[in-house]
Amino acid sequence: MTVTTDLQSIRAIPKPRARWEGPSFILCAAVVTGLLSLLPLAFVLYVALTSGWQAIADLVLRPKVGTLLLNTSALLAIVLPVSAVLALAFAWLIERTDIPFARFWSWIMVAPLAVPAFVHSYAWSAFAPRFHGLGAAVLVSILAYLPFIYLPIAAQLRRLDPALEETAQSMGKSPPIVFLRVVLPQLRLAIMGGALLIGLHLLAEYGLFVLTRFDTFATVIVDQFQSVGNGPSTNLLGGVLVLLCLILFGLETRLRGRERYARVGAGAARSRRRSTLGRWTWPALTLCGSFALLSLAVPAWTLLRWLASGGAEIWRFDFILPALGQTALLTLSGAALTTMAALPIAWLTVRAPSRLQKLLEAAHSYVGALPGIIIALALVTVTVNVYLPLYQTVAILLFAYVLMFLPRALVGLRTSIAQAPVELERAATSLGRPLSAIWHTTIRLAAPGALASAALVGLGITTELTATLMLAPNGTRTLAMRFWAHTSELDLAMAAPYALLMVLLSVPLVVLLHGGADRMGQA
Amino acid sequence: MLQLVGVSKSYGDQQAVSDIGIVAPAGRRTVIVGPSGSGKTTLLRLISGFERPDDGSITLDGQPLDSVPPHQRNIAYVAQEGALFPHMSVADNIGFAMPRRATDCLARIDDLLARVGLPTSMKSRRPHELSGGQQQRVALARALAQQPALMLLDEPFSALDAGLRKNMRDMVETVLREAGIASILVTHDQSEALAFADHLVVMQAGRVADAGPPQRLYDRPNTAATARFLGPAIILDGDIRDGLAHTVLGAIRVDATGSRRASILLRPEQLTVSPVQVGTSQIAEATVLSRLYQGASWRLKIACPGLDQPIDIVTSAHHVATADTVHLRVDGEGHVLPEKT
Repeated sequence: MTVTTDLQSIRAIPKPRARWEGPSFILCAAVVTGLLSLLPLAFVLYVALTSGWQAIADLVLRPKVGTLLLNTSALLAIVLPVSAVLALAFAWLIERTDIPFARFWSWIMVAPLAVPAFVHSYAWSAFAPRFHGLGAAVLVSILAYLPFIYLPIAAQLRRLDPALEETAQSMGKSPPIVFLRVVLPQLRLAIMGGALLIGLHLLAEYGLFVLTRFDTFATVIVDQFQSVGNGPSTNLLGGVLVLLCLILFGLETRLRGRERYARVGAGAARSRRRSTLGRWTWPALTLCGSFALLSLAVPAWTLLRWLASGGAEIWRFDFILPALGQTALLTLSGAALTTMAALPIAWLTVRAPSRLQKLLEAAHSYVGALPGIIIALALVTVTVNVYLPLYQTVAILLFAYVLMFLPRALVGLRTSIAQAPVELERAATSLGRPLSAIWHTTIRLAAPGALASAALVGLGITTELTATLMLAPNGTRTLAMRFWAHTSELDLAMAAPYALLMVLLSVPLVVLLHGGADRMGQA
Repeated sequence: MLQLVGVSKSYGDQQAVSDIGIVAPAGRRTVIVGPSGSGKTTLLRLISGFERPDDGSITLDGQPLDSVPPHQRNIAYVAQEGALFPHMSVADNIGFAMPRRATDCLARIDDLLARVGLPTSMKSRRPHELSGGQQQRVALARALAQQPALMLLDEPFSALDAGLRKNMRDMVETVLREAGIASILVTHDQSEALAFADHLVVMQAGRVADAGPPQRLYDRPNTAATARFLGPAIILDGDIRDGLAHTVLGAIRVDATGSRRASILLRPEQLTVSPVQVGTSQIAEATVLSRLYQGASWRLKIACPGLDQPIDIVTSAHHVATADTVHLRVDGEGHVLPEKT
């Protein structure tokens, strides 16, 4: 009798909710954002299909496309490895050695993010007018984008458990071997993530390469749009660019692999001792100092020179203040929306990898390589043909920002979710309410990374130009729009206040990004 | 044989270890035990070469290690949670420690896995797919693969649950004995230290408080602090006369002669509880404050007139109840502590 009663009481215990409830909800959210991300691709395909195969062959198989392909490949082939090696060297010097003023140098490495890529280019073209072409494009790209790869590497170096390296050394392996076989493999995710981010920027960047007079797909597409409008040639070049992005993404996924990077074990990682540089202190300081000179001193010098020569006349506050307010508003709302939209696919990528997840990740990521103008064209076409009231509204502009910067948010979020131990999430999920469990464990642990991602997105929006030009409601004039208008008219002095303001507006975001990476490293 | 002579290390104003002198005999298991912050881990790091001593010397088999970098010391280091490389499989972790990729590498990995009690089918697993105990076994196999002159184990069982901890301790002891490798294990767990050690070193506040065979340290420690650290201790004041110490528990035989006042150490297991008085020697009365059933025995908390603190005693006398008056008898002799507490 007693036994029967016990069994009944056991049956009466409410079953915990199904474990897959959280992931299924997250999957639905990721499918929705993934499908929305496909809009620009659908647009390119639609245009390609309606153009006819002969037109496609005529437009794509031309020497000009070959030249662009060569230029873009050369840019990627040089900038990515050089950036990775430099970022690794800087991160190691700053995080692992007794280099004087390490904290100062860590700020210096992130500071170039406060200077928009096209302002770097503007500074270099004013500083050395004869310096253009591939060399200039490579140099300015490295200076402008190096923080994107430095930050994740430095954060990961701080996180690595020193016990791993010490154990490896105690096994008779010299420090260089330990670095190559124990440290470097654990930096792979950070290196690949950072390289992908830079690669996508290189494919999509417009202003930097126009000012260094180096043709890429993005510059030619924009030039064609401005001269002949939204024609088949423009759209098909966009298609080639989409293809390049997918190749880059595939390469990154393949090289990244499916390794485990979170520290194994329950206790806190011990703090480490820094290596002594000794006689290498001065060469190390020279290397860091050179980067600071090239990436910060040149833009600062150029800006100050134009500001000084322009005098009080260039400070037209009746134009400047509205531009400043509009930029700040768009930046904050765009960054928040984009980070939230990236969360589902970031979680799926780390926690529930599958073929569908890979497809969704590809759908979310490819769009980051599209120039703003391709996304803008797609949204213009869709809104004009489907629902005209949406055309040139803040909503459609923010939607464009989400599409453009979602891959940027995804990289940081993916890394920080990967660092959050899955065991915590599983333990919390076993208690029921999976969504709440994921929120209270993984998402909270990944919060510093999410903040860093939002900052990265904000940096992008602050300086976004082409999509804003096409999609913003009438009367919108952001700082980037004003800056580009003056630069195009070669009125470099009038452009200087806007450049300065963009830099100042980016400073808090850089501080946030640096702090987020710091916390990520210490977590 | 590892020898430390006058080794000191400080971090800024903080003296981590001071004037350490330790000998770890070849092929023996030395355990360094002490509370948190007593300098145990610093000592391991000095031996493994990750820290340099400010003073003193460290020699291994007669060779000074002062200028030898960690990777040339041939001293294996097993970290608290194994420190397995997360990007490598079990086989790769073990193979990493082998001096050179020999042709019998795979066979040796199989052999090492068998020695630590793991099936060879685990070779391809990643560390995060293993339990805590399995990770520690792989870490031990990896350290053995190195064929070190000395193995350092930094609280290797602390992350394991109690049952697994004992099994692991027994396994590690067997494996080290069979391999004939000298080892130094660091722990803050006294029972683990007493069970594992051939040679025990007690550290307190960065200094060696006592060292020697575990049984000697437990029965006849040099200080009251060491006595208390190694287990429950009853320390009584007494007047020593003619080989007896006269205490509140009565006259107790002690390991000292002469006449003086001294502190006498008794272990609770030397006290026998009886509901009725048996005989007349070494008998004191006490009151049972509480009792806790433990299956084969009872744990009694008793108050004894003249003692500041109640005493915990494990007894098989199951007829004793709370508030009963019981009679205590002291078995064996008390240890006269060299210092006055």
